[in-house]
Amino acid sequence: MAVKEKKSSRKTASPAVKGRGAISIRNVTKIYDPEGVNIMAVDNCSLEIAAGEVCMIVGPSGCGKTTLLNVIAGFHSLTSGKIYLDDELLCGPDKPLADQGADRMVVFQNGALFPWKSLLDNVAYGPMVQGILSKSEALDKARDKLAEAGLIEVADKFPGEVSSGMARRAEIVRALINDPKVLLLDEPYRAMDALTKSIMHEALLEMYDRTKVTIFFITHDLEEAIFLGDRAVVMTTRPARTKKIVSVKIPRPRDYKLLSSEQFRLLVEEAKEAVHEEAIKAFEAGERELA
Amino acid sequence: MIAWGCSDFGESSERVSKLRQSEWRRMSDQAISGNEVSKTDMAPKGLGLAWYQLKKNLATPAPYLMVFGIILWLGTYYLLTEGWKVPRFEKIPGPVEVIKEFFSYDPIWGTSLFTEDFHENVYVSCRRILIAFTIATGLGVPLGLFMGWSRKFKDYAFPILETLRPIPILAWVPLAIIMFSGFETPILFLATLASFFVTALNTMLGVESIDESYFRAAGCLGSKKHHVFWHVVMPGAMPFIFTGLQISVGVAWFSLVAAEMISGDYGLGYMIMDSYMVNKYVSMVMAMISLGFVGWGTSALVRWSGNQMMQWRVKALALEGR
Repeated sequence: MAVKEKKSSRKTASPAVKGRGAISIRNVTKIYDPEGVNIMAVDNCSLEIAAGEVCMIVGPSGCGKTTLLNVIAGFHSLTSGKIYLDDELLCGPDKPLADQGADRMVVFQNGALFPWKSLLDNVAYGPMVQGILSKSEALDKARDKLAEAGLIEVADKFPGEVSSGMARRAEIVRALINDPKVLLLDEPYRAMDALTKSIMHEALLEMYDRTKVTIFFITHDLEEAIFLGDRAVVMTTRPARTKKIVSVKIPRPRDYKLLSSEQFRLLVEEAKEAVHEEAIKAFEAGERELA
Repeated sequence: MIAWGCSDFGESSERVSKLRQSEWRRMSDQAISGNEVSKTDMAPKGLGLAWYQLKKNLATPAPYLMVFGIILWLGTYYLLTEGWKVPRFEKIPGPVEVIKEFFSYDPIWGTSLFTEDFHENVYVSCRRILIAFTIATGLGVPLGLFMGWSRKFKDYAFPILETLRPIPILAWVPLAIIMFSGFETPILFLATLASFFVTALNTMLGVESIDESYFRAAGCLGSKKHHVFWHVVMPGAMPFIFTGLQISVGVAWFSLVAAEMISGDYGLGYMIMDSYMVNKYVSMVMAMISLGFVGWGTSALVRWSGNQMMQWRVKALALEGR
């Protein structure tokens, strides 16, 4: 039913609508060269992500999804191709490494709240170091944001003292307080049990409905991808290319009841076929995952 | 971007989602407040907490094993020296003799806990340690931080450091005497040097141990270089720094005593050597025991200040049951 297949998306994607945070990935290739042997992590990958879209990137482990995220965030340089953010060149042939900045916030696989700062200080850190707010203003704003996310009771605790679910939510608050154009999430709920995960999903959706920030979300959990995303982009095994794009035309706000609907099941089925093929290839190649 | 088709579905799902949200909020509120109850109302504090911990500790074999260990050690010492007077041991002052002398107001050999020269020796050694340890930390921590943080700086400094570090502190003694005048400065130099290397190396390893994602997160959040230094490099290296400082204060004592034995006028190392020279073996053993206790004390002090500065770590470890 509400599924449309797209090939490499440059031509077919809708033109960037009003709003902020449209990412345009054009023919990006990334080759690692750690030991004199070229390893191609991303191969001529193109993808248009509209402003305010939740774009889920799905693929087998080690397929180069994270590499793509790292290039967008400015942690890695690209080998060729271009990436634009709202028609502004992030990185390209003349500037292979994008500047790191608060317009693209990353939420990391294993969590990167500073363990030596309280949740409150963690959240206030961004506006403070950017010089946007004074320390006391930043702390006030951070307190408000934590309260919005239902975390005010634990604001003065250290990350090591709260559950991983709470820490992860605080990390998303820390990212969103900077009013980023794009939120880049790298398998943030990977290590969580299914119950915690579903609570995290709903909390994330709630935050998304409030902010409408563009979300670039890496996962290998298909149900997560369909439940959260506007589109699920299935990547091939390394080197990563877009293999299939599953459009998820399920209205928002969404809730967990969706998980048992027929529509949802069919979409997961559809994505699963594409992913399974790649997973087998990846498994047979047996290569080590790239960072 | 995407046009929503079926609006009736959307409406009902919105209502359900609102419901779910409030339910979830209530659940998490309960979880949080439940947590608070156990913390504030039931958990003992202050003296009560100390009493609870003592009781709990006494229920484990640990304190009894400790007492048994001490008795075993002292008993062996006593039997070897004063009890059976085993050959080669009979010249060594036994525990009874040493303890009696230690707490005597009128010591046979002229030195006890209550004589001025003993105080002077302890005071001088402690002052030297304080100075040497402060200088070593003041130089070693920044050097280590920069070496760990900047690849370039490490390339400059590390090879030299790694060449100088293995030279035993005793090998520096003649050079120290040639370089510095008087009694005091060579001793301070030697004690500083040993502890400096340990501190610098551990601090560098500390910075290198910081997970890359913290640097990335700091970059994302818009940090400038000095922010990264103060908010990531410094606190992130702290656990390693304090491990290093505990070792380094021990090393400082070690080299201090070596230096005092060779060229000192006061201090516990000097007291050991001096007592040996004039056959005051009881005083010699007293100085050794004093060194043990004072060294233990300084080490505990470093550990304590580390825990004060790293509450985040203490609390996290406590929850892991350590």
